[in-house]
Amino acid sequence: MSAMLELTGMTKRFGGVVALDGVDFTLLSGEVHALLGENGAGKSTLINLIAGTYGWTEGSCRIDGQTVSALTPQKSRDAGVAAVFQEFSLVPDLTVEENLFLGREIKGRLFLNRRAMRARAEERFRDIGFHVELASKIETLTRAQKQMVEIAKGMLSDAKILILDEPTASLTDGEAEKLFAAIAGLKARGVGIIYVSHRMAEIRRLADRVTVLRGGRKIDTVAIAAASDATLIEMMVGQPVERLYPSISQRPAEIVLATRGLRVSGSVSDASITVRAGEIVGLAGLVGCGRSELCRAVFGLERMSSGEIELHGAVVRAPVPHSMLRAGLCYYPADRGAEGLALTRPGRENVTMAALDDPRLSQGGLLKSWRERRAIAAPLKTLGLRPMAPERAASSFSGGNQQKLVLARGLMRPVSVHIFDEPTVGIDVGAKSEVYRLMKTLVENGAAILLSSSELPELVHLANRVYVMREGRIVAELKADGITEATVLRHYFDAETGATEAA
Amino acid sequence: MSPDTLRRRFVETGGIVILLLVAVAAAAAIIEPRFLNRLNILNVLRNFSFLAVPAIGQMIVMTTGGFDLSVGATMALASVVTAAAMATMPDAHGLQLLVPVMLALASGACVGLVNGTLVARLSLSPFMVTLASLSIVAGITLYYTQGIPIYGVSDAFVDAIGRGQVLGLPPVLLLAIVVIAIAIILQRRTALGRHFYAVGGNVGAARLSGVRTHRVLITAYVLSGLLAALTGVLITARIGSGQSTIGGTLGLETIAAAVIGGVSLRGGSGRAENVAMAALCLTIIANAMNLTQIDSKFQTLVLGSVLIGALAFDRIVQGRRANV
Repeated sequence: MSAMLELTGMTKRFGGVVALDGVDFTLLSGEVHALLGENGAGKSTLINLIAGTYGWTEGSCRIDGQTVSALTPQKSRDAGVAAVFQEFSLVPDLTVEENLFLGREIKGRLFLNRRAMRARAEERFRDIGFHVELASKIETLTRAQKQMVEIAKGMLSDAKILILDEPTASLTDGEAEKLFAAIAGLKARGVGIIYVSHRMAEIRRLADRVTVLRGGRKIDTVAIAAASDATLIEMMVGQPVERLYPSISQRPAEIVLATRGLRVSGSVSDASITVRAGEIVGLAGLVGCGRSELCRAVFGLERMSSGEIELHGAVVRAPVPHSMLRAGLCYYPADRGAEGLALTRPGRENVTMAALDDPRLSQGGLLKSWRERRAIAAPLKTLGLRPMAPERAASSFSGGNQQKLVLARGLMRPVSVHIFDEPTVGIDVGAKSEVYRLMKTLVENGAAILLSSSELPELVHLANRVYVMREGRIVAELKADGITEATVLRHYFDAETGATEAA
Repeated sequence: MSPDTLRRRFVETGGIVILLLVAVAAAAAIIEPRFLNRLNILNVLRNFSFLAVPAIGQMIVMTTGGFDLSVGATMALASVVTAAAMATMPDAHGLQLLVPVMLALASGACVGLVNGTLVARLSLSPFMVTLASLSIVAGITLYYTQGIPIYGVSDAFVDAIGRGQVLGLPPVLLLAIVVIAIAIILQRRTALGRHFYAVGGNVGAARLSGVRTHRVLITAYVLSGLLAALTGVLITARIGSGQSTIGGTLGLETIAAAVIGGVSLRGGSGRAENVAMAALCLTIIANAMNLTQIDSKFQTLVLGSVLIGALAFDRIVQGRRANV
């Protein structure tokens, strides 16, 4: 195996901030090289340098043995680098096919050669073992499908170096399997893959080598076989972490939230669940099984077409977020960018957004920012916001800390039922453990938690009971010892054979 | 403080508008000494009020991520309503004069209510909704007046509001100052003001936080309609007749004032004091050009250039948003 990409002493400064500090990095042909590190460790800066998003401050770069003085997105692409970032570079109003060939359309003398483009696109989707209708508009696709289109787009130009940034963040296990198979295929063809992920199991399975970054510096590059999970996590956070999942003593008391025969047209049918005070109830299922819609319907974000919701013993006929919050139920969205935060506004305003009627924040009927600052201090301290600078715009925080801002909102008012929708997607180990600790505190103080998650280990370790959803229905309720990854997976598996039979 | 923080502070506090204001005022005073004449200053302040009041409404709508193109037409509607109502009650005096004023304000609020309801409940594009209502409202006033000014505006009303002075200042200026002060308090110290920012910053997050986003949007458009109508009433008091043409370019100038004052076109930010200063800048520029007898056709060209210049300068100082 030869070095396709060699970076030496890579340094990147933004103004006075050193994002990357003298990092050496080598990518061999046919290897999967994982990048590990907490948010802000420099992973995304490093891959952005390679993709040509912005130039480096110091350092040198060789691609295929040729020294490259500077990279632009175009140069990088010409050198055979394809990057698939978390933020999709797809135009929502165009079709899959149009997006794949955007800016590099195959043309005849005058007109587009649509047949050639279609053939090429079909071939790429076959390579990655996933099918998406080429004529569908991007905006009609699920996140998982968009992710696959993004990967196909990256692979379109026979890339030699492929950068994947958290590719499985929005994929279900089944879809991730297909991606892994595609990666194996590319590897066999000699493509070098830089793989960024927070999921240890995935890295262990796919990667050949791992480079761990922390605070912009490279800690080490090791062969994956030579390092244990504990060692890697220790390298990442700089100190041994206590166990990721806290042990939570669950004392289920009275039923605080119940749905009966809840139906959301097109996504949930006849869902009946109960959640008790003092317990964490998990919701498992493939992406698109109706988990998220069920949670959203309870909070009043999706219109329920029939069924009933009971909160603290009172029947709620038509839930709306405003009144559900006042009744003590809070929903934390999966998509922080789209629904979680007003990114241009300060962190403080985002935290108090749901609590402006709280008399603690006002004086003589007018809001006082010092009172706000005092009121948010405790929740933000509990969550460990970093940096502890709530006056900064929400956009300036890392993913994990943005999530803390969203969660802090729920701590600003008396909430007895918390609904978490994918609370740890795309956040690092440190932030994850802080989110879990928060759940522990809430539940042990008598709150009820409904946790909808794609991460099985999360459900297995945290939940007292787990409902499994499939095609909009609750198909199983697992309790205590019955909650194992294998059992939950079996219900997924049933779902897939069921789907095949139906097709 | 690092240069970056300084730069951010400078942008946030409207440093650019202050600089522009000082530069424009100094230039006007140097080029045309008559600018500093007391009567001229009063005139500038009066015209400033006519721009600042509707610009505050425009700003509120823009912070929610919208636009109100119907501001100019609403002013004209209010002017016509005021004059027509006064003409039917020639003997009215004192507080009775409030009736036509209230009618005019109500007409403005109605325009805003329709705009806001369509934008909020049907999620229609603010640009298209207010463009359509601009057309409808202008059509109504033009049809009703046939383009002819409506006379019969009460002399007492004109003398008190349009021509009078309170503490040596035009009453309209005092009203404008009150409006600006209320807007500043609204934005900084009230839940409603915070909700305007939240809805403009991220409507999904606002709804999730229990903000009743429809109400907030409708309120924004109603306030804009009300303030535009108030301006129409004030202008009517100044010119002594109801006219279907008074909105003219004023509606678009409110957008210019808001944008120069740092209101983001994408919503979520903007401050009343900066918008007021921007309105003052624009008024001074127009006044200076009038004093130096620059051709009025040339004036719109200058205003357009100032707008583009301010936007470009703002973007350069702010720096291109880094993709980190």
